[in-house]
Amino acid sequence: MAEAGSRQYPAKPARVYLFGTCLIDLFRPDAGLDAVRLIEREGVEVAYPADQTCCGQPAHSSGFPEQARAVALAQLRLFPEPWPVIVPSGSCAGMMRHHYPKIFADDPALLREAEALAERVFELTEFLCHVLRVRLSDRGTPTRVALHTSCAARREMGTHLHARELLEQLAGVELAVHAHEAECCGFGGTFSLRHPAISSAMAADKVEALLASGAECFVSADCGCMLNLDHTLERRGDRLCGEHLASFLWRRTTAHEEQR
Amino acid sequence: MSARPLKFVPASEFRARAAAAVADPQLRQSFRRAMDFLIERRAAQFPDAEVLDRQRRLAEQIRQYTLARLPDLLEQLERRLVDNGIQVHWAETAEEACTVIIDIARRHSAKLIVKGKSMVSEEVELNHALAAVGIDALESDMGEYIVQLDGEKPSHIIMPAIHKTREEIARLFADKVPGAAYTESVDELIGIGRAVLREKFISARIGLSGVNFAVAETGTLCLVENEGNGRMCTTVPDVHIAITGIEKVVEKLEHVPPLFGLLTRSATGQAITTYFNMISGPRRAGELDGPREVHLVLVDNGRTQAYADAQLRATLQCIRCGACMNHCPVYTRIGGHAYGTTYPGPIGGIVSPHLLGLAATHFMPTASSLCGACSEVCPVRIPIPDLLIRLRGEAQHDALHGHQPLLGQGAARNPLLDLVWTAWAVLYTHPQLHRAFLWLATRLRWLTPPRQSGWTASRTPLKPAARTLHEHMTSRRR
Repeated sequence: MAEAGSRQYPAKPARVYLFGTCLIDLFRPDAGLDAVRLIEREGVEVAYPADQTCCGQPAHSSGFPEQARAVALAQLRLFPEPWPVIVPSGSCAGMMRHHYPKIFADDPALLREAEALAERVFELTEFLCHVLRVRLSDRGTPTRVALHTSCAARREMGTHLHARELLEQLAGVELAVHAHEAECCGFGGTFSLRHPAISSAMAADKVEALLASGAECFVSADCGCMLNLDHTLERRGDRLCGEHLASFLWRRTTAHEEQR
Repeated sequence: MSARPLKFVPASEFRARAAAAVADPQLRQSFRRAMDFLIERRAAQFPDAEVLDRQRRLAEQIRQYTLARLPDLLEQLERRLVDNGIQVHWAETAEEACTVIIDIARRHSAKLIVKGKSMVSEEVELNHALAAVGIDALESDMGEYIVQLDGEKPSHIIMPAIHKTREEIARLFADKVPGAAYTESVDELIGIGRAVLREKFISARIGLSGVNFAVAETGTLCLVENEGNGRMCTTVPDVHIAITGIEKVVEKLEHVPPLFGLLTRSATGQAITTYFNMISGPRRAGELDGPREVHLVLVDNGRTQAYADAQLRATLQCIRCGACMNHCPVYTRIGGHAYGTTYPGPIGGIVSPHLLGLAATHFMPTASSLCGACSEVCPVRIPIPDLLIRLRGEAQHDALHGHQPLLGQGAARNPLLDLVWTAWAVLYTHPQLHRAFLWLATRLRWLTPPRQSGWTASRTPLKPAARTLHEHMTSRRR
């Protein structure tokens, strides 16, 4: 499923759309704003269609295809210009890029629209690496961070490679490796509500691995995993905290006074 | 006679069993260690990702090609087997499969059947059915022997006793095997088991085995194993009964090596197993050994339900390597017994609903974070998460118009959940309403409930931000 290396990337555009995702919208808007700032700094304008809501994944993965389709359809036409659509989440990007065409497979006209949109969907780190080809210059003090990549981001979007590439550009940032790095954090959308015992056990194992890595903080390009791990850490009273990769990159590459 | 599963517990108890399993540190540690070991062994066999990708695509094609012609190939298989002197029996249900085998056993007045490893025999609860009519079944695969001795079911389809520690096995042998002294030496434990089994191989009238590949063109039954017990079961007793699912057929002998190579590497990280048996008939005139009768029982038991659906048919591509279980973070946390079904883990989640119906198994497709580790390693590229999602839907809704309902279709329907998702869809398809909702959620964030369903079991509550990204972006534009 991972397509890292196989995708053809366009030249740097003048404008892009941002699909902010429902979780960032409601719980971590700063991560969305920092994504916008990172893109704008490269001289690219960001449009944010106000009618966007959610990619539909929660219903899709919970076995409510009709509701997922309705919500997906409500997003399908929000991006009329041929600009790239940037998504600061691997799982939502994967939904729009890989699952929309399947959802609309039974309707030729919608399928064409879904495929045309899918072609323009980029996960944020992928876009920064391969289309904007950013060169980041680190302005922070030396630190160790651990990277957690969401499963969809890793397996559908190759995000673990892009995120690592960006972090490696930061001179003062040392990447801390943690045990079972490719393993799921236990979020899984409604899985965390439906099977709390299993989900909690997975989250506990993940935070213990992150803590054992000696990292000062962990970063993730997916808000779902981050909320899962952050709120688990908070409940346990651990000091480690998570930051969306967009916020981390922005914070590290900006002088303190101009950060917000 | 009843083929009711021995330890199958209703769906409603899955959560309790899973909670008990994750709270058991010894179980957690055993499974984590064992799965890590298997993951590493497998990875060492596939150093080149591109080569592996090609091999998996080839294996997928072979399985899809086979399934596309399944009815024809099964007929061809039957003809060739009969030509070779192998008697073929068709069993539509688990009960029928057991009846066929009991009839053969009665014809030979057999009181004991010595068994090689066969998950299909577990699936149809054969041992249970045999015991009900006074016939003993003795498992000869060491792992199966251990779980049988303890009255359990396998917790893994390849390594049935993986949940047991060496100390537990030592105690079990000392308690249950007559004359066995307590020892924690693996070699000595195997020696004890072997001594018991040797004698039984010789005295049993009937040997039973599974089948990994049934070759239609040649009428050959291929059996993959490591311990040599499979060869003993299929050659020493007078009668050999093989039992398998109808999906195990392949057309040509040349289709076997690509699948065999991926099976052993994916399952145990072995380039090849110690034994690979090709069985093509009973003892012929003038031959000194081999069984005098060979039977094959071809079991449907719900497989045609998966076969009938274009998407769900991919379920039958499975070659039962168990790699999806080894790599599954959920299986690793709870082990095989928590599922309560013969096939646990990701493969169990997509197979069991066809075998047992969604009423009994609807929890299985939900017991996954959809992380995709399973499909990433699946040697025949089954899109397991997509199938789990599909089954989640089928468990909660009526069949779509024009579609045949699945067994237990809609069994997990929950009117409240229907309402929640319908309301969610209304909210998320009406942008103005959605923005009003966001406005309220942020302004009333201080009302955030401290307990949020399963989320706060181990986490602090989720609390909306003071302003949404929508609002930030609107004020930025001004």
